[in-house]
Amino acid sequence: MKDIAEGYVTADGRKIGGTLMEMKNITLRFGGVVAIKDISFDIREGEIRAIIGPNGAGKSSMLNVISGFYVPTEGEVWFRGEPRPQMRPYQVARQGIARTFQNIALFKGMSTLDNIMTGRMTLMESNMAQQAFWWGRAQKEESEHREKVEKIIDFLEIQAIRKTPVGRLPYGLQKRVELGRALAAEPKLLLLDEPMAGMNVEEKEDMSRFILDVNDEFGTTIALIEHDMGVVMDLSDRVVVMDYGKKIGDGTPDEVRNNQDVIDAYLGVSHD
Amino acid sequence: MFDAKMKTMSLCEKNRTAIEDVGQPAQGGENLASVATPLGDLCSVPALLERNVRQYGAKPAYREKEFGIWQSWTWAEAAEEIKAIALGFMVLGLNRGDHVAIIGRNRPVHYWSMVAAQMCGAVPVPLYQDAVAEEMAYVLEHCNARFVVCGDQEQVDKVIDVQERVSGIDQVIYADKRGMRKYDHGHLNWIDDVQAEGRAAETRLSGELAARTAELTYDHTCVMLYTSGTTGRPKGVVLSNRNIIETSRASSDFDTLTKDEEVLAYLPMAWVGDFIFSIGQAFWTGFCVNCPESADTMMTDLREIGPTYYFAPPRIFETQLTNVMIRMEDAGPFKKKLFDKYMAIARRVGPAILDGKPVSAMDKVQYALGNLFVYGPLKNTLGFSRVRVGYTAGEAIGPEIFDFYRSLGINLKQLYGQTEASVFITQQPDGEVRSDTVGVPSPGVEVRIADNGEVFYRSPGVFVEYFNNAESTASTKDAEGWVATGDAGFFEEGTGHLRIIDRAKDVGKMADGSLFAPKYVENKLKFFPDVLEAVVFGSGKDKCTAFINIDLTAVGNWAERNNIAYASYQELAGHPQVLGMIQDHVQEVNRSVAADPMLAGCQVHRFIVLHKELDADDGELTRTRKVRRNVIEDKFGDLITALYDGSDSVYTETEVTYEDGRKGSIKATLKIMEAQVQPQTKDRIAAE
Repeated sequence: MKDIAEGYVTADGRKIGGTLMEMKNITLRFGGVVAIKDISFDIREGEIRAIIGPNGAGKSSMLNVISGFYVPTEGEVWFRGEPRPQMRPYQVARQGIARTFQNIALFKGMSTLDNIMTGRMTLMESNMAQQAFWWGRAQKEESEHREKVEKIIDFLEIQAIRKTPVGRLPYGLQKRVELGRALAAEPKLLLLDEPMAGMNVEEKEDMSRFILDVNDEFGTTIALIEHDMGVVMDLSDRVVVMDYGKKIGDGTPDEVRNNQDVIDAYLGVSHD
Repeated sequence: MFDAKMKTMSLCEKNRTAIEDVGQPAQGGENLASVATPLGDLCSVPALLERNVRQYGAKPAYREKEFGIWQSWTWAEAAEEIKAIALGFMVLGLNRGDHVAIIGRNRPVHYWSMVAAQMCGAVPVPLYQDAVAEEMAYVLEHCNARFVVCGDQEQVDKVIDVQERVSGIDQVIYADKRGMRKYDHGHLNWIDDVQAEGRAAETRLSGELAARTAELTYDHTCVMLYTSGTTGRPKGVVLSNRNIIETSRASSDFDTLTKDEEVLAYLPMAWVGDFIFSIGQAFWTGFCVNCPESADTMMTDLREIGPTYYFAPPRIFETQLTNVMIRMEDAGPFKKKLFDKYMAIARRVGPAILDGKPVSAMDKVQYALGNLFVYGPLKNTLGFSRVRVGYTAGEAIGPEIFDFYRSLGINLKQLYGQTEASVFITQQPDGEVRSDTVGVPSPGVEVRIADNGEVFYRSPGVFVEYFNNAESTASTKDAEGWVATGDAGFFEEGTGHLRIIDRAKDVGKMADGSLFAPKYVENKLKFFPDVLEAVVFGSGKDKCTAFINIDLTAVGNWAERNNIAYASYQELAGHPQVLGMIQDHVQEVNRSVAADPMLAGCQVHRFIVLHKELDADDGELTRTRKVRRNVIEDKFGDLITALYDGSDSVYTETEVTYEDGRKGSIKATLKIMEAQVQPQTKDRIAAE
């Protein structure tokens, strides 16, 4: 592997910076079950990093470790050059990490606009009383936040559903709203848990474009889990492959595609 | 300069004589000069802009919804933006007489680019934004466009694709910079940068720009519009400043449009109607043009703006009515009852009240109540609360649909027009509105019916020529300026209203010599909400047959209501119950067709419900969604054969083009349906 400190330049000319997050020898156990076993990898600033693997490989657990929802049994998570202490999820969010969920977690009865607005919660400074009576700082703040949210709505091309309750939206659009909410937090690192699950080809193409655009326009670092190999290989700069909780490959899509262990894991060989 | 003024005046004279020719009341002519007196030399769109800045400088000229808020520009601000674009174009090297293609949805910046091009002495050529690269290549090549203004990345990609074949393109300018960072910007410019460079070069170039703008006369080309062309390649219709300004002036006066109108610009910019409404009339009267946020939000934006002057093809009115009916089906019993009761009253007396005809006091009270409970809120929901003048054109509109809107008190009228006429040929004056005519000749337009029934017209709006196509120009426009419309029609006795039957070349004879007018039958079929499109065949045959496209919204809703499961358009279209329902519609149409002795032969004997929607991307419809009969006859030849050879089902494979230009194919076995026909009327039987 290359030196962690220095960045690299991708084939399409994007400059990837230094290490944003580093997983050092992470092991995660639930009682006797080992979900993740001694995994190390890094995520660099500005890159799209994919975590792939067959069902039950431990991908979602890994994402939960990154997002701070799970605390690793062994090993350390380094973020921006420092080891990260155990944190509550909102503290992680304040650090600049936002995520979407595998099975959409939106407020179904609230409009698209309000849902995305909630993404800015951690950035709001007015207190509850001010917000409740829309007084003082809350007034000024609301229009500032609304402007940011409107830019996201424009970016994701969901103007037509601005006022629609998200429960009424089709699945693909709900996924997009969820992405919007994560973006509203202006994250440094965006975690996407199966952003294309259950989508048709057209929706996948749209979503891929949005992911690339987010990375390109805002410079957001993206870590994503995805099943669809085609999508992963097209989107990501580097890929980590997991199988049965272990890391079996790490590198550019091409390197990973030609890795014998990866081929075995996907095509299936007997495990000892 | 003085010259141009003389021309304007002489044209006014001409208008008046023209009106007398066709027996119009004379007051129409006198109005022409009285409203909005020309200030100086209003002989070009940039000149009108200058006047508007002087007269209405602080009044909104453009609005666009962006980031959830209506952003607006006054005439003075718009003029400043336009000038910056024009200067920027000159920095990039735009010359007099160059063609500037504009491809994008309705946005102020695109309209500004058109006027900016005119200021530089260049000719704007708006293109249909949903055109695939192939069609775009033809037009860009044909007009030899040097500059292309694109809305966004999607359009830029198409232009880059086309550039391999079309050599003339020099500079590409885009409005939305999203996703454009990685492109090679050698000949690619963001419009804001173009404006910034233009502003920076103001001292150096504004003299030259002013000179170029001042050169413009009534005879300079104002715009070039490519007709969608139901047959063959699109043709570039050259419209001069005279065409556009005279037409805008006359039509604004006809409906007494003022600077306070609000319009929503949502129809394709490449279409002549949008150019007349959003540039011609807007600049002439100084009213405000509102641009929707995106194509999907058009309905919401319509409601928010509440236009006072509105134009839509019948299809849009149909869709809106279908949506209203679908939502009423879902409403509670009380609301439904209220709606039904008051709609019945509206249908009975609404149109009469709108036309100012006498109605009993009781009916007036009832209608007022209905307005309070139903019509008012409904109009508000549809965005029609403030519509003072509404037009529909392009296709025949179903009488039920037309009457529905009029009964609500919306002044919906019909007009008949063409790109070659700068839109207006005939239109309906207030108080003389009916669903089956297209009105009386517009001010300044002379109309004549040839012996074979074809409609000819002559007006100040008549186009200059087809660009680089003298042959077509000569075959369409004669030396005296009469233009053939290609439509067959007649003037109604008594009212003087024009009625259009069909395309002149489509009106044919059946094998037994009786009249074959496919459009007449197709329109009757399309008036059913379940039927989206219909194509009737029968020229030279012994009986008529038809292709039918179901309307996915209406039929899908019906299916949902009746617990009919379907996975795709194809499956729904082939469902036995759907086929049965369409069969009922066809038989009803047959009954109605049979009532007209002239056309009784056009009853549909057999039909096929098509497995795919007819689509402009596959060349089956024009971009304005008119049926391309010969393409369909060619492409679905196997189906037509099956319609006539008596078989009861047919297997077919059809090539389809996806929106991104890729091709695929659909396979299907289609059932051929029989429809009962009515015996021909007694007269005819007796005659035989």
